[in-house]
Amino acid sequence: MRRLKRARSATYVLLAPYFVLFFLFTALPVAISIFFSFTNFNMLQAPSFVGWGNYMRLLLDDDIFIIAVRNTLIFAVITGPISYLMCFMFAWIINELPPKLRSVMTLIFYAPSISGNIFFIWQVFFSSDRQGWLNAFLLNAGFISTAIEWLNTEAYVLPILILVQLWLSLGVGFLAFIAGLQTVDKSLYEAAAVDGIRNRWQELWFITLPCMKPQLMFGAVIQITMAFSVSEVSIQLAGFPSVNYAGHTVATHLMDFGTHRFEMGYASAIATVLFLAMILTNKGVQRLLRKVGS
Amino acid sequence: MKRKINRSLGGTIALFLFIALVGAFMALPLIFTVNNAFKPLDEFFLFPPRFWVRNPTTNNFADLFILMAESWVPFSRYILNSIFITGAGTFGHVIIAAAAAYPLAKHEFKGKAVLFSIVVLSLMFSPQVTAIPNYMVITLLGFNNTYAALIVPAFAFSLGLYLMKQFMEQIPDSLLESAQIDGASEYRTFFSIVMPNVKPAWLTLAILMFQQLWGNTGGMFIRSEQLRPLNFALLLITQGGVPARAGASAAVGLIIMSVPITFFIISQSSIIETMTTSGMKE
Repeated sequence: MRRLKRARSATYVLLAPYFVLFFLFTALPVAISIFFSFTNFNMLQAPSFVGWGNYMRLLLDDDIFIIAVRNTLIFAVITGPISYLMCFMFAWIINELPPKLRSVMTLIFYAPSISGNIFFIWQVFFSSDRQGWLNAFLLNAGFISTAIEWLNTEAYVLPILILVQLWLSLGVGFLAFIAGLQTVDKSLYEAAAVDGIRNRWQELWFITLPCMKPQLMFGAVIQITMAFSVSEVSIQLAGFPSVNYAGHTVATHLMDFGTHRFEMGYASAIATVLFLAMILTNKGVQRLLRKVGS
Repeated sequence: MKRKINRSLGGTIALFLFIALVGAFMALPLIFTVNNAFKPLDEFFLFPPRFWVRNPTTNNFADLFILMAESWVPFSRYILNSIFITGAGTFGHVIIAAAAAYPLAKHEFKGKAVLFSIVVLSLMFSPQVTAIPNYMVITLLGFNNTYAALIVPAFAFSLGLYLMKQFMEQIPDSLLESAQIDGASEYRTFFSIVMPNVKPAWLTLAILMFQQLWGNTGGMFIRSEQLRPLNFALLLITQGGVPARAGASAAVGLIIMSVPITFFIISQSSIIETMTTSGMKE
């Protein structure tokens, strides 16, 4: 594609306000955090340099971190792709509805991202006594004879958290897809019908998806970030720490050290490792996405 | 509007049913928050807890207004604070991020790829650890305990630039070239061609920013009572664990939620209205 040649001055005038602020308030704090990851820093005394110490401890000496990595990987591998597909699929189906219905349905599907009280319902649903909705239902139907402690049983914690996380995952990526579908040139569909596109699935693969590549890339980054940094669901539903660390993730591990134990250097090392994992995943996913519609 | 082509009736009905079913599940927290706000006090402490309200009442709102009247800064001040912080932060971020996204999407210059990937990568760094360095930067600049501590960093969020740049990439070059031939300056092109073409993108960004800034409680940055946002004051009312406040706090839940939802509905419908017939065209 041919790029436009434009006056240099305008380019920099447009870029400057954002990037000055970006480097001050976003990039600089990240750089400082990465620096902290090589230090011992308790937020009271000045940080002291420890080289790779934090990383050695993290990778070789921290058994809980290994559990956290395992859980995070399970989370990421399951919720990442599924939530991404869900975001796109629901956005696409909503786009098929008549315009008046669309904004109502968008709101309903976005509701878990915009309303408070989101975990309360699940707490009651999975409550461990006989009155918890799920237990009550299973007891009445005769499937079980005693109430199950859903969120205190190691085997159930992770699957439940994954389910709730999926329910929560129609956020930024979903809205970006909704907006992206609005910008597809409608006359392309008419032209395609003339060219022999027969049903909505062909239309989706040959026209809609290729037209939306930029949004697909954006959505992938957002869902990767979400899938790798699961923490709130775990803390709210499974407690902190969760039973036998069954719901412990890298992000909750990080919060443990950052906000409870005030070991900021160590927490920064965890954040840096998580950061690298996300970058690698993103590289792989972006490569896959380039093949869409071809 | 014209009927859509290539649509089988059976498929349409199946998709419709499917989405209604899942939708009922997604709407739960919304329905719950509304129900809760109208529950009389005794229904909050029912065992087992109930989802639907049985005897709806508006007492919770009455209680809340009494508590609000007791605050030592007039409540209108909190409301104005929130409106100002949310409005300035949202508007500023949308304009500044979109302005920078335009050259990144459509101009050729040195270091473009690097700048862009730094922004995308910064999205992936855990905010929990950057909070401390962020506090240091804001304090050094003297923003501590001012509106600027909440507004200016919001201008620099990575999300908006990334979102706007992705949408601007889709604008056909020929459209921009013809503006150039007509003698439009870069700034004019930006405001009168680029921005209208990516209206769904900046309306979506506005929704996201509004929601985030409206939810802000001022955290560690705001210490003067006169500068605190509404959310801080409302959440303060709900705290303390006094059972009698359960009603007021349910009302707070509904009030806090209703403002971003109203904004969401207005923006979302105008995204769909403006774009139903056109889309981006050469």
